[in-house]
Amino acid sequence: MARSNPIDGVREHVLANGLKVLIREEHTAPLASVWCWYRVGSRDESPGLTGVSHWCEHMNFKGTTNIPRDQVKGIIEPFGGFWNGYTWIDMTTYVETASAEALDRMLFIEAERMSGCLYHPDDVASERTVIISELEGGENDPDQLLDQHVVETALTTHPYRHPTIGRIADLRSMSRDDLHSHYRSHYLPNNATLVVVGDVDEADVLARVHRYFDAIPNGALPVASRASEPEQRGERRVAVSREGATSYLKVAYHAPAVTEPDFFPILVLDAVLTGAKGLSLWASFRTPPPQRTARLYRALVDGGVASSVQGLLVATADPFLYILSVTVNAGVSLAAAEARLLGELDHVRAGEVREEDVVVARNQLRTRLVFDADSVTNLGHQLGYFDTVADWRLLGELLPRIEAVTLADVRRVAAARLEPQRRTVGWFEPLTGVSERPA
Amino acid sequence: MGRARKGVAPVRDVLANGAVVTVAETRAIPAVAISAVVQAGSVFDPDGLPGLAHFVSRTMDRGTRTRDADAIALDLDSRGVSLSVAINRHVLSLTCQCLTDDFEPTLALVADLLVHASHPDDHVVKRRSEIVTAIQQDEDNPATMANEGLLRLLYPGHPYGRRPRGSVGDVEAMTPDMIRRFHRDHVTPGGCSLVVVGDVQAPAAVAAASRALSSWVAAPPVAPRLPAVVEARERQRLIVPVPGTPQADIAYGFTTILRSDPTYYACWVMEVILGRYALGGRLGDRIREREGLAYYVFSGLDANVVPGPLAIRAGVNAANVERAVAAIDEELTRFAADGPTEQEVEDTKRYLIGSLPRTLETNAKIAHFLQTAEFFGLGLDYDQRMADHLRGVTREDVHEAARRWLDPSRAAVVIAGACEA
Repeated sequence: MARSNPIDGVREHVLANGLKVLIREEHTAPLASVWCWYRVGSRDESPGLTGVSHWCEHMNFKGTTNIPRDQVKGIIEPFGGFWNGYTWIDMTTYVETASAEALDRMLFIEAERMSGCLYHPDDVASERTVIISELEGGENDPDQLLDQHVVETALTTHPYRHPTIGRIADLRSMSRDDLHSHYRSHYLPNNATLVVVGDVDEADVLARVHRYFDAIPNGALPVASRASEPEQRGERRVAVSREGATSYLKVAYHAPAVTEPDFFPILVLDAVLTGAKGLSLWASFRTPPPQRTARLYRALVDGGVASSVQGLLVATADPFLYILSVTVNAGVSLAAAEARLLGELDHVRAGEVREEDVVVARNQLRTRLVFDADSVTNLGHQLGYFDTVADWRLLGELLPRIEAVTLADVRRVAAARLEPQRRTVGWFEPLTGVSERPA
Repeated sequence: MGRARKGVAPVRDVLANGAVVTVAETRAIPAVAISAVVQAGSVFDPDGLPGLAHFVSRTMDRGTRTRDADAIALDLDSRGVSLSVAINRHVLSLTCQCLTDDFEPTLALVADLLVHASHPDDHVVKRRSEIVTAIQQDEDNPATMANEGLLRLLYPGHPYGRRPRGSVGDVEAMTPDMIRRFHRDHVTPGGCSLVVVGDVQAPAAVAAASRALSSWVAAPPVAPRLPAVVEARERQRLIVPVPGTPQADIAYGFTTILRSDPTYYACWVMEVILGRYALGGRLGDRIREREGLAYYVFSGLDANVVPGPLAIRAGVNAANVERAVAAIDEELTRFAADGPTEQEVEDTKRYLIGSLPRTLETNAKIAHFLQTAEFFGLGLDYDQRMADHLRGVTREDVHEAARRWLDPSRAAVVIAGACEA
């Protein structure tokens, strides 16, 4: 029978060293997915060391005390598996999904990663240029380039303003000891959540987890930044220019943390404006939102001024941003696109949202929650993600909280949160005269 | 009606009008993936109008005889359905996922678009400006420009060498009548494969598909006229300037084999060892892990109904382009000369065989797998037989494939980025 609640059957255990373990048996495919989440991301970086968390993530694929460097390649692949990791503002996470027979191997890898990564100076050197290449590849995309400028302009104080990839000067100067010290101080069992979902037996998983993780000592965690973003009292603007042919527009507003009461009304508001997405960065990449009837799609794309409009509201531990992104149609000015976007938002702020819009938005979000639980990999992600930014039990609360959002809630947060003095407007303005290209 | 015995165990039926319906039941979530494919990809673009199939895909879901764009939009959005209409070289596909309770109305909508799409004039105008913007975005993107440049070098005078979206000038020349004529000629039941995967009862889903599609009558599909692919005899090089971009993209490749070629599985294993196993295979070991030149380097093999490309892709700083190209040359030469190790071949075969359950992890992935099996005629039980094909591949087979295809003196090499032509 198809399941209805994503946290049905999830069991939590906490080891003596503080490692939280979430296990969910799911016997629909002969697969298991193991995720290990650390509460360390770019928010935990000091000036001069931006990008250190992400660089550590790269270093944690380069051999450990018991996994020699030349045996990293092929450690999971013969089980039909893949492994990967990502770093963002609140977290660093690692995943393996493979045949359920590989469970022991996957837990071994994560235990080794928690305690025994090597940080060999030669690997630090070669990875420095790989990461700089990753940064430059990202900057090839004007939309990403503008995004970073908008985030840094909208946030003046909170460390969410640092780019997760890091600043180029920091990437050039950071040392092996900087990296290793960051690794040692954050990769502790009492700073992690281990998630196992799949064709496994809970008691067997737990026994293996004890065997691999019990001996890893816990430790004192670094004091987290307490910086909070001061209230914005006037519109901010930022412009970026480079050769190219296409203009991009972004408008950012301050968003609440996932645990704040306003989060769910804004989530519904975003679905009204741009269509419903998944509730995590990972899930929101997977499929585009249904948005043909969404307010901003109608105004901008059907209105002929843009080829795409997207809204991004992500569940985060501290207040981050709600960012609207517009790709401006050829032949349309940035000023015209901005006027159309802000004009439509003014109508929404004035209360022009209908009950039927909210009904459609809630229904879309409800549907996305079903789609987002469609594999052991995705289910494991969602459990670990929510535990890292809040509590995994919140995943089971999403549906009732979305369904509790009323038209009045949506109108209230639109009026309060989309105020002109609390927005940051970003333009990517292509330099003209260089759009000639070979046929 | 045929049914495979285990595994995905799809049910397949051919309707009287020629449309093929394949259904697989899964129970993980209360949802259904729908995938409809027709033989209307970019190889069917008329001479002189590259991009017409792509344009058809942009207007196909904007009106039918009985539903206007607003009605379709509300049908989709109120159910949380995100419909994707896309093309590749050979097919146009409509794919979406819906809740189980919405299966029949969603299927009816997909069928209505296939059979009765009207491509309204006003939406041709609106979608045209989106397409022009997308083409201009492509032209600012070194990765896309490198890839398109590679196909242009490998497939001169062949539809594979044309830009899938066409140029701005091509798109501006397309009229609503051309779009509707393309739909009439190429979106036909005889070239249609409908796949349904999810929380359904297969017989009921086949019956629903039959009801939705059985009134669809059209002329048989037109086979594409494709010229022979000519293998390159010498090395070619092209530089595509994309000013202002910090990173250059390299696309390096060859024309190779048909999907039906008996050496396909050996070529597949060869290509995975070269540029995909773990983090980018041998190329990843050399260019990313040892030399730190690139964040991404990988290969891809698209053996198809014409001899498809084997393409190697890497993104590197402009100062490192020549070093990266030389490293690719050296790795190919070494692979062709020495072949793979026994261990590489065995590990890669285990990886590919063991990856099958992940390939079939979601409804959408199963639907894609079944569409591929239908397109290439691989059989309803291909998920059960694929492993045997791979197990039969020997080290010598892989070495022979490497000798046959990995020859830097015949490679096409394209560099796109902030460099001078």
